[in-house]
Amino acid sequence: MAINLNNKVLESRESRLGSITGFSGSLSDLKEDFACGGGCVENKGRCFSQASSCPSNCALGQLSGINDAAIVQHGPSGCAATAIGISSNYDLLANALGRDRSHFAYTCTDMTEADTVFGSIDNLKEVVIETYNRYHPKVIFLGASCVSGIIGEDLEGILEDLEKKIGIPVAPIHCEGFKSQIWATGFDLAQHAILKYIVKPPKKKSNKVNIYGFTQGLSWNTRSDIKRMFDAIGVEPTYLPASATVEELEHLSEAVATVTTCSTLGSYLGIGLESTYGVPFVRALPPHGIIGFEDYARQLAKVVGKEAEMEAYIKQEREYYLPKLEKVKEQLRGKRAVIAMGPGFGTNYARILQEFGLEIQHLLAWHLDKQYDDGNKPAALKHLIKTSPNNFNYSVNDLQNYEFMNILNKAKPDVFVSRHPGSTVWAMKIGIPAYCVYDEYNSFGYKGTLRFAQTLLDIITNRSFAENLSKHVSLPYSKWWMQQKYDALYEIAEQVV
Amino acid sequence: MSKILDEPRYVCALGAMQTVQAINRAIPIIHAGPGCASKLAGSIAGTTGDSGYLNPQTYPCTNIGQNEVVFGGEDKLRNIIENSLKVMDGDLFVVLSGCTVEIVGDDIDQVVSEFQNEEKPVISVATAGFKGTNLQGHEWVINEIINQYLSRKPQKEVIKGLVNIWGPVPSYDPFWLGNIRELENLVRELGLTPNSIFGEFRGLENVDKVPQAEFNLLVSPWIGLENVKLLKEKFDTPYLHYPTLPIGAHETSAFLRAVGDFAGLDKKQIELIVDKHEKEYYYYLERSVDIFFENRTASKKFTTVTTAANALAVSKFLVNDLGLMPNTQFITEGVPEEYEELVSGYFKEFNYGIQANVVFSTDGYKIHAQIEKEDFAGAPLIIGSIFEKKLARKLDGNFVCISVPIKEKVILHSSYVGYHGGLKLLEDIFTSVYQSFN
Repeated sequence: MAINLNNKVLESRESRLGSITGFSGSLSDLKEDFACGGGCVENKGRCFSQASSCPSNCALGQLSGINDAAIVQHGPSGCAATAIGISSNYDLLANALGRDRSHFAYTCTDMTEADTVFGSIDNLKEVVIETYNRYHPKVIFLGASCVSGIIGEDLEGILEDLEKKIGIPVAPIHCEGFKSQIWATGFDLAQHAILKYIVKPPKKKSNKVNIYGFTQGLSWNTRSDIKRMFDAIGVEPTYLPASATVEELEHLSEAVATVTTCSTLGSYLGIGLESTYGVPFVRALPPHGIIGFEDYARQLAKVVGKEAEMEAYIKQEREYYLPKLEKVKEQLRGKRAVIAMGPGFGTNYARILQEFGLEIQHLLAWHLDKQYDDGNKPAALKHLIKTSPNNFNYSVNDLQNYEFMNILNKAKPDVFVSRHPGSTVWAMKIGIPAYCVYDEYNSFGYKGTLRFAQTLLDIITNRSFAENLSKHVSLPYSKWWMQQKYDALYEIAEQVV
Repeated sequence: MSKILDEPRYVCALGAMQTVQAINRAIPIIHAGPGCASKLAGSIAGTTGDSGYLNPQTYPCTNIGQNEVVFGGEDKLRNIIENSLKVMDGDLFVVLSGCTVEIVGDDIDQVVSEFQNEEKPVISVATAGFKGTNLQGHEWVINEIINQYLSRKPQKEVIKGLVNIWGPVPSYDPFWLGNIRELENLVRELGLTPNSIFGEFRGLENVDKVPQAEFNLLVSPWIGLENVKLLKEKFDTPYLHYPTLPIGAHETSAFLRAVGDFAGLDKKQIELIVDKHEKEYYYYLERSVDIFFENRTASKKFTTVTTAANALAVSKFLVNDLGLMPNTQFITEGVPEEYEELVSGYFKEFNYGIQANVVFSTDGYKIHAQIEKEDFAGAPLIIGSIFEKKLARKLDGNFVCISVPIKEKVILHSSYVGYHGGLKLLEDIFTSVYQSFN
């Protein structure tokens, strides 16, 4: 297995990696699956489903973070909803960092009924040129849509002509929504385009470390903590892709290493840079919690050749933070939690909660990658299977709210920890305190871990909001459903294609 | 001439899912790709979509994939409707179709007709994204509720004084809840009984009463005209089309008089109500005249970059109530061509014969370029969406964000409608006076 940048269209995670969106069982089933080579845990379809998400929003949302890129969406107006979704947010980030974002644009061909019959590739060309003339971005991404995909618009066919006219890379993104049920496919599509159309071969080595993530560590001043750690080993971070520039992306091949805060998110780029340009991809646990951070820090230091310096840093941090953390852990011990997150963050946070002494009742992943593009299994999942003190329920569920409400209502945990917009409120509706790990650096390093432990304790201690809310709202589910087993509406295996 | 949407300010017809969700205990069933609902919700209603009894992650959805694109999605739709009726606790189920299934050619009406005899009503609306905007989708949803649900029920007698209120579009008008409630309050003050179908605790009970109204009150320049005409055709209910969402004393008093006249109410009674409110309103204004007129930064001329409804409401208030002068008004929600003349006509009816130039455009770049060229005789006041914030800063102007994408303030139940709404808008406009050197 390897990443092939010559591929015109990147296949979905389902077909490349065998990733799945439906499964019910326990952590030990995954252990057996790993033992049998990844074929035992099979995908289950559903007779009932709720609105999930598609690769388009992820791919184009990520690429929209690049300060001097432009997106041209070839589809009806609703597909360009991403432009509304991201509006102002990346501006606020760029402003906070003092970076220029005046060349960014997100335009749309606003396809109509006639366009679905006759196509509108000529209009697309004009919109690309007009977008260039207005904003002078350094790259233009063409966002495909379900409509452009089904009617067979030839995006590749116009690239050469366009590049001749405007003199910058034009990169098609085949993020048609129907092509993958796993929105994380969109992350790969974005990174495939960055690798294929922007990154240049290295001219010289730098002391930069590529950090692929969602933000720039801006919340609660985490950025200074990251800098402190990187300073200790003499490297500089290049944050990707939010608020990055095309020039920064061109030089990714010169970096000393690539790391990511979320392996579900950043593996494709890390593996691609490693296999194409030899930039080491640090396949450590993500830097969350004490175990995760130390593994990440040590493996990064090893690549850079500064292990002694990192050990000194770790020692110093441990001495200051661990005694404080122990005190909070005493009060968290024995509390029960349900977790719902993407597969990377979820396994990661299960480990952290176990570090704190909480009992995991159920871990629910928005999808499951049994491997990445290099054939390796996710490090955090391997670690969790090996170290978990108990076997607990594990299910895969692409934002199927009716399933996780069924689970929560029966488990009645002390706390629900999630990571997706619009998930936390549902636990609170039935009186369960909930925390959304919105910030990827939430439990980064020792300071972040202490902060997260303290936040959890605060949430468990003062349950007022969730309890008050639960007395005044009702769930949109029938009594019948809440009494079923949560996987009662899975299709029987024979029907699954 | 290329067709370009630059800085999109509306979404596609499937965005009408917000209209369904706004009817308490109505459940949208999305027959479309897996990402449509979350994308649309993230844009119109904020980052999470509107949470409430439902949020978009709870909408039943067929999550169309490769298989359905090749073999059609009818079986999948049948399955999802059947199980929606078992799993979801709702009163009305509305199937909304997206681009993919309409191009593939699913016979959605056929599948939906199989559920005609279910205990709960199931209807469908064709809302493919390429067919229109979320505003048109909003009208189509209401039309199909009339055609497929209300028209099939036995007709009941008209209830004296019952007035259906239409106009503000759920979620797309960020102030929709407060605006509808304030319109209800005004109608109630006249001694009439308001009936609106959107928002908390209204639901199917109010939908069912729609055919029994004495008249329909549409407060909107164009959205909803199709609906009140259809209600006239089906139930012979007369309608009052009042184009201006009333803000402040001048417009709200005019609104009360117009509705009162249409309902045949006693003029003296109406004047008593108007008088009471105007007294209170001008009490507050009198106290604050120095803030409005004694500073170095407030604007004398304004522009709006927003929906026809907001542009008309705000400009009537700023001209007829506050005495400002209008520069060009940019209308951005993709008004269908057949309504353009009607809508621009409303901007020719200000006090003293003042008129405003109206431009219909979906191209933010050109709109901003024109605003930069226009003369505001000082700091411009720009009322628009978050896309105008940077422009306002660049032009050293004043800015109030009132339409999608809003991303500027949290709106729980506030409103700019009515006498109190006018005071609230003044607070928001003149807050900037205190935020700059004076």
